[in-house]
Amino acid sequence: MFNNLSYPELQAYWWIIISLLASVLVFMMFVQGGQTLLWQLGKTKKERSLITNSIGRKWDITFTVLVTFGGVFFASFPLFYSTSFGGAYWVWILILFSFIIQAVSYEYRTKANNFLGAKTYETFLLINGILATVLIGVVVGTFFTGSEFSVNKLNITHVSDPVISRWQTVTHGLEAVLNITNLALGLAVFFLARVLAMLYFINNIDHAEILKRSAKQLKLCSVAFLVFFLLFVGLVLTKDGFAVNPDTRVVFMEPYKYLHNLIEMPVVLILLLIGVVDVLYGIFLGAFKTSGKGIWFAGAGTIITVFSLLMLAGFNNTAFYPSTYDLQSSLTIHNTSSSKYTLTAMSWVSLLVPVVIAYIWITWKAMSKRKVSEEDIENDTMAY
Amino acid sequence: MEHFNLALVDWSRAQFALTAIYHWFFVPLTLGLSFIVAFMHTIYYKTGNEKWKQMTKFWMKLFGINFAIGVATGIILEFEFGTNWSNYSWIVGDIFGAPLAIEGLLAFFLESTFIAVMFFGWNRVSKKFHLLSSWFVAFGSNLSALWILIANAWMQNPVGTRFNPDTVRNEMTNFFDIALSPTAVFKFLHTVSQAYVIGALFVVAVSAWYLLKKRHLTFAKKSILIASVFGLTASLFVALTGDSSASNVAQTQPMKLAAMEGLYDGETNASLYALGFLNNEKNNTNFKGIRLRSMLSLLAFRNASAFVPGVNDILNGNKEQGILPAETRMEKGRIAIQSLADYKQAKKEWNIELASQKLQEFEENYPHFGYGYFTDKEAIVPPVKLTFYSFHTMVGLGLFFILFFAWLLYASMKDKVDKYKWILHLSVWSLLLGYIASELGWIVAEVGRQPWTIQDLLPVGISTSHLSVGSVQTTFFMFLVLFTVLLIAEIKIMLTQIIKGPEEGDSHV
Repeated sequence: MFNNLSYPELQAYWWIIISLLASVLVFMMFVQGGQTLLWQLGKTKKERSLITNSIGRKWDITFTVLVTFGGVFFASFPLFYSTSFGGAYWVWILILFSFIIQAVSYEYRTKANNFLGAKTYETFLLINGILATVLIGVVVGTFFTGSEFSVNKLNITHVSDPVISRWQTVTHGLEAVLNITNLALGLAVFFLARVLAMLYFINNIDHAEILKRSAKQLKLCSVAFLVFFLLFVGLVLTKDGFAVNPDTRVVFMEPYKYLHNLIEMPVVLILLLIGVVDVLYGIFLGAFKTSGKGIWFAGAGTIITVFSLLMLAGFNNTAFYPSTYDLQSSLTIHNTSSSKYTLTAMSWVSLLVPVVIAYIWITWKAMSKRKVSEEDIENDTMAY
Repeated sequence: MEHFNLALVDWSRAQFALTAIYHWFFVPLTLGLSFIVAFMHTIYYKTGNEKWKQMTKFWMKLFGINFAIGVATGIILEFEFGTNWSNYSWIVGDIFGAPLAIEGLLAFFLESTFIAVMFFGWNRVSKKFHLLSSWFVAFGSNLSALWILIANAWMQNPVGTRFNPDTVRNEMTNFFDIALSPTAVFKFLHTVSQAYVIGALFVVAVSAWYLLKKRHLTFAKKSILIASVFGLTASLFVALTGDSSASNVAQTQPMKLAAMEGLYDGETNASLYALGFLNNEKNNTNFKGIRLRSMLSLLAFRNASAFVPGVNDILNGNKEQGILPAETRMEKGRIAIQSLADYKQAKKEWNIELASQKLQEFEENYPHFGYGYFTDKEAIVPPVKLTFYSFHTMVGLGLFFILFFAWLLYASMKDKVDKYKWILHLSVWSLLLGYIASELGWIVAEVGRQPWTIQDLLPVGISTSHLSVGSVQTTFFMFLVLFTVLLIAEIKIMLTQIIKGPEEGDSHV
């Protein structure tokens, strides 16, 4: 079946997979959101333990989604991997650094003789919660605003200076934080992660006080999320975008490009609207009905919304990783992708994705039959 | 001397080596212990004996402490291919990215999904589902090793690929050639089996310490019995796959084999240096020690009279054996690089005839492409002494582990394992020897293939990102401090849990 797909169709298929993975990653960052709420919602040691044991059973999945997202991006669009990771060095290093300190914190926080003390590991979780959400949002923001880099494959023949992709700023990606559009998306992702975390707690923790505090905080964070999200969407839809001439592959600036994309791809417009409504309904269920179903609506809405935003960035003859330094160095799904053979081979492997989703779903359900409670943690010698 | 920015190359290399060395402190234990936990869990499932549950939980707890830091150091390794080896990521991303993606999709999800069930599912899921989770974690961990080792093997022996001058990168031509290449198969089997040896040594070391302290005697003896069966089987397999791996190196990376054996002048009926020292002079006749005549030829090419090329043969050429001098290869490499530039230029100018001529010139010389970046032929020689001593120490330790586990199994079966104090002390220290052997194995594999990122095609110096040396130095020290602090934390927590022992239910402060 994949052998019959054309090269551009395979490239589009892999952009869809990348977008799906990125969307799931943003949803799963409710773990990071929860880490930023540790002290706000957990006033006692026991309450903080409840929170870490609730999200702690999911941190590894978020981590795996990130690693798989990286691996799949590398395999399907290697020029992006090479240009962005090697160029926006400091942003990626900060993101990765925060994930390193997160990975040990759940396991080590309450262990005896843990060298750094529980507070340090809780601070590590907070740092990861802030840096990962804000900076990943900022990086995705650059898909719409651009970065300063050049790409010249012939550099490989310059024996003394062979690097193909070159970043043009000394801050190597940190400059993206100063762009209002990028920052708006970064903060929107940050508050969304907190919103999702609180909806998850309402669904997963059996503790009246934490639920009460979650419902209260949920309203505040939802307002903040909406402000930054709408600011981002407003700025993107009214700005000039990075269009690609389909015949010549020349990149040029087109006024209201992303608005045009939305109009020219009505399916994406519908998806975006469904996603946003879904998120809002999920928030309503959690904040006003204290219903555990809120996380499922808001989670599905998050996945659909992020997915449609990435469709805007990569489809309809648009450069998904634009260069403001040299427009013609901008990356599109056509000039960055792996060969047809590799994309086809990988596509066969992608057929196993539903199997992966199925066993994640089964284990998630099996483990969530009973809410996490104080009694549950006290009786479990393996608890965090 | 090469032209490229050596300071940047060396710091990037140092950062990657640092991350890989730290990561490899934790991975073998994860791979080995995961199966030991699954075995014990199975016995508990079958017998319902609470003692086995206690043992399973104890080793599982230690597994969890080690697993967390393994994951932490692993994430940075994957992304460092992009952050620090940007050129590499483009030039071979079409091939190298696929195993990483498959690793995430097939292995990491299996591992990360079921690990939560394995740790927290004791009272939440059925006993059968819980046991299956332990096995899925073990398979997931080992499956992830398979894919990353396939990727690494391809760097040592780049099969199933061709360079596309239009896209200026290597592209995959046959997925199965890459996934099933003998280099990949032997590398995977050798690496995971030595990880099982580490897992077994860990269980033996902790249990022997209990026996020395006269604590948890039944627990310790049972654990040693299981670990010695597992360890003996694994260490025999390590020797078998190690032999196949070395033979594969002889065929695909002759310079690495020459460095492993300290062989400067090639010979027929080449001797294997069993025990001894290499002198400073670049001459194999200055080796002092025990030699086993014809053994190297036999092991490398399965033929006692086969010719084994030495460092000097590869550098200066050997007409009789059909080996081109390095300088000739460097010249051909320069022609390949220039003809690639000319081909691209001719295409840009729509000069079809010239483009076709340059393309032919490029393809004729492409097998030597990577050599074109060197100006000094000595640059293609890896650090011989480091490779030689690492290899020989590793082999010696490998043989020791076979004898060690065989004796331990015999003593366990006779229920005499706690009678010999000296062997219990040796058991505790053998864990350290296991880690040394394991890290030395990677030094042989990675230092021995220098200066290549992709054997013969892409030198390390051409693979870097466009970064300042200061940036890489800063991140090097950031990671050095962080990993060291986390390692100290891990060891302290681990030791505390071991001192508490399997009967202490509460793991918390």
